[in-house]
Amino acid sequence: MAIESNEMRAVYTNTLIELAKADERIVLVDADLMRASGTLPFKDVFPERTVDVGVAEANMIGVAAGLAASGKIPFTHSFTAFATRRCFDQVTISVAYAKLNVKMMGSDPGVSAEMNGGTHMSMEDVGLMRGLPGMTVFEPVDSVQLAQALPEIVKHQGPVYIRMFRKKAESIFGPDYKFNWAKGDLLEEGDDVTIIATGIMVKESLEAARLLKEEGIRARVINIHTVKPIDQEIIIQAAKETGAIVTAENHNIINGLGSAVAEVLAENYPVAMERIGVQDHFGEVGRMPFLMEKFHMLPIDIIAAVKAAIARK
Amino acid sequence: MSKLVKELEIKANILRSLTIEMIGKLGVGHVGGCLSICDPLAVLYFHEMNIDPSNPKMTDRDRFILSKGHGGPAVYSALAEKGYFDKSQLETLNRSNTHLPSHCDMNLTTGIDMTAGSLGQGFSAAMGFAIAGQMDKADYYVYTIIGDGESQEGQVWEAAMLAGTKKLDHLIAFTDFNNAQIDGSSDEINSIRPLDAKWEAFGWHVQTIDGHDIQAILSAIKAAKEVEGKPSMIIMNTIKGKGAYFAEGLVTSHNMPVSEENWTQACAELAAQRKVLEVELAESEVN
Repeated sequence: MAIESNEMRAVYTNTLIELAKADERIVLVDADLMRASGTLPFKDVFPERTVDVGVAEANMIGVAAGLAASGKIPFTHSFTAFATRRCFDQVTISVAYAKLNVKMMGSDPGVSAEMNGGTHMSMEDVGLMRGLPGMTVFEPVDSVQLAQALPEIVKHQGPVYIRMFRKKAESIFGPDYKFNWAKGDLLEEGDDVTIIATGIMVKESLEAARLLKEEGIRARVINIHTVKPIDQEIIIQAAKETGAIVTAENHNIINGLGSAVAEVLAENYPVAMERIGVQDHFGEVGRMPFLMEKFHMLPIDIIAAVKAAIARK
Repeated sequence: MSKLVKELEIKANILRSLTIEMIGKLGVGHVGGCLSICDPLAVLYFHEMNIDPSNPKMTDRDRFILSKGHGGPAVYSALAEKGYFDKSQLETLNRSNTHLPSHCDMNLTTGIDMTAGSLGQGFSAAMGFAIAGQMDKADYYVYTIIGDGESQEGQVWEAAMLAGTKKLDHLIAFTDFNNAQIDGSSDEINSIRPLDAKWEAFGWHVQTIDGHDIQAILSAIKAAKEVEGKPSMIIMNTIKGKGAYFAEGLVTSHNMPVSEENWTQACAELAAQRKVLEVELAESEVN
């Protein structure tokens, strides 16, 4: 299947190729999923800087650690499930504990694994990765943000987990967007409630805010692209100014964005809060619209959560 | 026997003594797996490796990764004896705020190239070091030691397969085959035999030697360097706890308590052996 140029994986690959032309430290490491990650063009340009280790994720992370310890900047990849839980001890010890500069991309987060089903659906990867000291956990919302974030990820000294929807993401940002490292994006002003979303749930949250506006409820919408380190300031400000928070994520509501936001609120400015996301169960096969309806991740679900949060103000 | 061999035998003796004293002063430690690798460490650090203790991050240095990271104290002995840091630091092993933790840590200890301790992982990292060298068309060698118990980790074989595929001929690995792991003999628990045939099947050049024979280690490394297009595995038959009367050959020496009497007597025995070796060295120089 041909990959279209506006898919996230195409933008990822093309941006990495451009970055690698200017920085010879950048190398690519994959575990037999280059066709899925769309990175084969990188191999065409830099065959000697591409290592496909085969179906061996633990070794992929170890090899990347050795490359990083030799001064390279390796970008690894597997599906989110196998990029994290499959090799979590390797990520923990050989990368995070060793403080090595490995960038780990995981594709197909949560329900976006679609027909690959429950075995391939990571509902826990953000929780795993944000539990590691020194780890940055980043989820680009669209290709504009991704293209601007990648050079910053290269500049950043330290491990980064890139949780990436690999197909065509809904466009959130225009050409005038400016990416800010570890800072949330204010997408919609509002002072009745704040919806804090990440990844594919940002578009659902914007749609929920539009429908709420018709009912006279003004919802602020914030995109958190980096769950760790999380932008505390924008969250605390939202709590103070709107008094109610709803989080929306494509992940288990345990240990992901909802938990991270709850931690900030509980320690700084507790307000009424509701969490939209996968309600502590595994995934299953299905297209995203079906799964998001079944798992209560649609605008209608966000609206219900908003009203519940406001009622508790 | 050559002068070099005698000198390295003395170094191995010193590494054993430093290791036993260091662990002994603490009272507990991985005696067995440290003492079984002192001979290859002596050869690597005092003859084979292109390293400079005054420039530990030298770009073209040879790399050493102890994948069986619990053998850290033996490597610390080698680093201290080589001059990476003062020998007095060895007494801080595993004490609060030390730079010398039980398992190797590249961020804490000068001269340590890779953090290891979760078995199998250092070996994968060694592949990464060797691939980086290949990418950079560098001449340096990457040396790594894995344990026989460690060889039960699947990750070792993931890495083994890749090294064969990538023809990493600047990678020279050793297996410390002391046939003892925490719960008993590896033959009984989960046998890794036939080990030579396994590595050959994965595309490696394989040699099996006595891991306490300095001349055999020197010859095996020389032979490994002559091989083109293949990584090398040197299987060393070793004795766990070699050189410490209270630990030698004991399965229970993996992580054991060490009394003051134990370590002082063992070090005295090693000192006596060292005197004999020094006399033999002097004689070899006369001849």
